[in-house]
Amino acid sequence: MSTKKTLFDKVWDSHVVHQIENGPDVLFIDRHMVHEVTSPVAFLGLKNRGIRVMHPEKTFATADHNTPTINQHLPVEDPLSANQLKMLEENANEYGISYWGLGHEKNGIVHVVGPEYGITQPGATIVCGDSHTSTHGAFGAIAFGIGTSEVEMVLATQCIMQPKPKSMRINITGDLQYGVTPKDVALFIISQLTTSGATGYFVEYAGDVFKSMTMEGRMTVCNLSIEMGARGGMIAPDETTFHYVKGREFTPKGEAWDTAMNYWQTLYTDEGAEFDKELTFDGSQIEPMITYGTNPGMGMGISKDIPNAADVQGGASTYKKSLQYMKFGEGDSMIGKSIDFVFLGSCTNGRIEDFRAFASIVKGKQKADNVTAWLVPGSHQVEAAIKEEGILAILNDAGFELREPGCSACLAMNDDKVPPGKLAVSTSNRNFEGRQGPGSRTLLASPLVAAAAAVTGKVTDPRELMEKELA
Amino acid sequence: MAYDKFNILRTTAVPLPIENVDTDQIIPARFLKATERKGFGDNLFRDWRYNQDGTPKEDFVLNNPKYKGKILVGGANFGSGSSREHAAWAVYDCGFRCVISSFFADIFRGNCLNIGVLPVQVSAEFLQKIFAAIEADPNAEFEVSLEDQKVTILATGESEPFDINDYKKGNMTNGFDDIDYLLNIKENIQEFAKSTPL
Ligand code: SF4
Repeated sequence: MSTKKTLFDKVWDSHVVHQIENGPDVLFIDRHMVHEVTSPVAFLGLKNRGIRVMHPEKTFATADHNTPTINQHLPVEDPLSANQLKMLEENANEYGISYWGLGHEKNGIVHVVGPEYGITQPGATIVCGDSHTSTHGAFGAIAFGIGTSEVEMVLATQCIMQPKPKSMRINITGDLQYGVTPKDVALFIISQLTTSGATGYFVEYAGDVFKSMTMEGRMTVCNLSIEMGARGGMIAPDETTFHYVKGREFTPKGEAWDTAMNYWQTLYTDEGAEFDKELTFDGSQIEPMITYGTNPGMGMGISKDIPNAADVQGGASTYKKSLQYMKFGEGDSMIGKSIDFVFLGSCTNGRIEDFRAFASIVKGKQKADNVTAWLVPGSHQVEAAIKEEGILAILNDAGFELREPGCSACLAMNDDKVPPGKLAVSTSNRNFEGRQGPGSRTLLASPLVAAAAAVTGKVTDPRELMEKELA
Repeated sequence: MAYDKFNILRTTAVPLPIENVDTDQIIPARFLKATERKGFGDNLFRDWRYNQDGTPKEDFVLNNPKYKGKILVGGANFGSGSSREHAAWAVYDCGFRCVISSFFADIFRGNCLNIGVLPVQVSAEFLQKIFAAIEADPNAEFEVSLEDQKVTILATGESEPFDINDYKKGNMTNGFDDIDYLLNIKENIQEFAKSTPL
């Protein structure tokens, strides 16, 4: 057997407590993030078994999924949401888990605050009862979403039982074009692989495009790994990573930092290590992307026309049902379609860089009258940066308001719901039927595309507005 | 929590020949606010099953009295999207003990196994045969044998084997869950924890 190991192998193998023949591995978990929606039944299970949380110090709780994004200082109106939030707080207190609830300065979307406070570290195994836990793979961690039974497992034993996934490497070479963001790279990959193309695999992203990407960008890409079915995605840590991680509240300090660095610097795929599958794309061919259907794989370059059912993989009837829901036709161009809502936010695109990008387009323009815009920072830290950098002033001048942090219209568990039939350009991660509210229609896109739509009131290629700016 | 033991299931099936059925369709987010594992079945496929005013949509399969049974048969890539175990709970709570598809999303498959719903992956051809058998006769019965790892269309006698690892098979057969297993090796885990760098 080859001794060459992939990045994934190195991290996975070093966390295997026990191997079951013809069964899963018992994997030790370094960090467990918990939120209000997928944890109550898990805590209830602990209670019923009469057991405690094994490692409360490796467990972190934040409230984000069903929280309101206005008036967070007031009691939560929806009694069911309020009850879930109360349960999380009680459970965190009962078991000695750090809890960053509504109003706490560290509150925010679980996948935004984890990295911000240094909970997310290279080489760690990280789980959370949320599929976009893959975000943390940006740091060279193995991070993936789990179900509630598994949340209970990790609370009780700090371990999870999973068969080792297959490995895939996706290389993107060359340079990205102007106006093409990490979100576009991810939507492009998913459009090529389809929503199930990486099921059963753990993905490593490699190549120049990722090397030159910021941590925020890498997080956006890894976040979307689940949308092609992958358990997760990761990028080897490098100077960009170490620089980001250093000095954060929960990152090692002093001697511990040096020890950690010694480990982290071994975290790369050995030359010659083999993957079960390897794909390479030319980054310079990627356009700003937009989706037109009801899964994230139904995406295309913004200047293209919606493909015909005959030309796509999978069943034509499912494809047609999807277009029917979206009220689009085969061969339609997306450019010029009138839109009703814009959502900037989520763990995919709710970081400071995303707000900078959005502001770069709307600066000096006005929000279109037909558009309702929800601008929701991923955390209080992002919110503070928006204010400090003067972005808030730009947004306000252009007729936009900033809301308070949370998942918001990404899954529309709170009041931020797109009404039936309305069309939203959203920087989040899922365009499933009704994801943003019953009957809502979602176009997934980058913050630049969202901004261009917000000021023009229709789907617009952001490069047009950017080029005018440059000229 | 431990769950019902699974051995042989002999039942009619409910067909849902749609691909990429995501967990937001299986149970929309606004129904995830409970703090106990109860009553999710009422909202299984909520927005496909009911109009916004709460009246049933006549043409949806779960509202058609012709179709019933303990097996749900779905199109390829069943259970994609959100990790919400509530989707598996809703399937279970509606009386299903087995989901058959030609392809499952990972997390949904794992969630099903963890709560005692058997995910059975068959070939695309066999899936079509199952759909055809139900279409020919909604009362057609199927047999899923966990012990033999085999699913059979009883009307025609055609069958196909399916995969499941020995560990999970043992769990399902005996109604054990992973926590029972992990608590048994707790000392190993504690020993391991001492050596982890992070
Ligand atoms: S923003 Fe959306 S995807 Fe991200 S954690 Fe919240 S609900 Fe999940």
